[in-house]
Amino acid sequence: MIAILDYQAGNLTSVKRALDHLGYKCFITSDPEMVLKASRVIFPGVGAAGSAMANLKRLGLDEALKEFFRLGRPMLGICLGIQIIFEETEEDGVKGLGLLKGKVVRFPQPLYGMEGERLKVPHMGWNSVKKVREHPLFEGIEEEHEFYFVHSFFPVPEDREVIIGVTEYGVEFTSAVAKCNLWAVQFHPEKSGRPGLKMLENFCKWRA
Amino acid sequence: MLSKRIVVCLDIKEGKTTKGVKFKDNVPVGDPVEMARRYYEEGADEIVFYDITASAESRRIVIDLVREVAKEIFIPLTVGGGIKSLEEMRMVLLAGAEKVSINTAAVKNPNLIYEGAKAFGSQSIVLGMDVLYVGQSERIPSGYEVWINGGRTPTGIDALWWAKEAERLGAGEICLNSIDADGTQQGYELRITRMISENVSIPVVASGGAGHPEHLFQVLTEGKADAALIASMVHYNQYTIKEIKDYLTQKGVKVRKRW
Repeated sequence: MIAILDYQAGNLTSVKRALDHLGYKCFITSDPEMVLKASRVIFPGVGAAGSAMANLKRLGLDEALKEFFRLGRPMLGICLGIQIIFEETEEDGVKGLGLLKGKVVRFPQPLYGMEGERLKVPHMGWNSVKKVREHPLFEGIEEEHEFYFVHSFFPVPEDREVIIGVTEYGVEFTSAVAKCNLWAVQFHPEKSGRPGLKMLENFCKWRA
Repeated sequence: MLSKRIVVCLDIKEGKTTKGVKFKDNVPVGDPVEMARRYYEEGADEIVFYDITASAESRRIVIDLVREVAKEIFIPLTVGGGIKSLEEMRMVLLAGAEKVSINTAAVKNPNLIYEGAKAFGSQSIVLGMDVLYVGQSERIPSGYEVWINGGRTPTGIDALWWAKEAERLGAGEICLNSIDADGTQQGYELRITRMISENVSIPVVASGGAGHPEHLFQVLTEGKADAALIASMVHYNQYTIKEIKDYLTQKGVKVRKRW
């Protein structure tokens, strides 16, 4: 069974619906014991990192996620989920889980596009993800496929090896990372049409 | 590079998609679930369900429709029309919408934007605004006035001021609809779209007046909109989304081409 982590950081039902559609059994939980019983975990999330981390700690889910990582079971962070796995974030000056080395920063302001046009923050809408190395996440994904983003912050990993996908929006930023059993993406695969569903499926069927 | 979005809007009345002109004379054009599915398959970047009746009864119907489409449509879905409380927002979001659009209720109680953003995140709160050109005056410096209650009631509020205020209160996006242009298929209202888009840092979805792919090109370039909302053009099978996207691509506008 796949656990979808509820740490009161946004709507989880869309991830659940996507997995239901793909035919994978899953449940939404905020109980650390239930999380540790699951074979895989997905931790989505939108909103502010500060309250998200506070909720994780209060619910004991921070330790559960760290334990899950040690156990080597597949885990997937989505949106805020890619941000909380790093050591710290500029947003609210919060400490993260530290599963990966590095920090989370805000898009620089002002931000300009390739033709000198002013870019808006949050980065909201469809954008491409350039694969920087082969990874099971990208199985069946083509270069022209785009994914739905909504965010103002992005991770800057210290260890470049963990970066598997990058996206261009005024700057080139890390939009997908992976280290052993931990995968995380800055976009919303559950809102990215068929290519997004394919990525979720790639995660669900992956054997660590 | 970020793509410009094509948003397809379905006006819902008594469980059916309808279409009117300048907010009047709506006629049924099809089943919303079937239409949403078709537009998803054809490459729409987002779908909007707009409940034009906005009664308690119609909201229940729309929520059921959302629940139905959310099972099979995996792109952002926005729901608007008569939403006036956090509880209603929660119901719509839990049913499977990504965003809620608030319009009249936000004018009457601007704090709703702030409360909604705090509860569900700015990315979930869209300010819908219906504007009418009334000419520049001291009270309406932009020349465009905000109207509420489905475009029936003037408010004396300046459109540009209201857009900036909504951003300050925490709205994550603005859906700007021109009452003059709505359903006319004569092109978007470029001037106010550009004015607002240049003055806020949140995305602006232009709405009202699309009849030809050229209109989308205009509003996405000259009008500086981040997204263009369409309805009649595709509801009446005048164009497919693919044809619109091919046209935009050919003219150098980046849109999502594979799905």
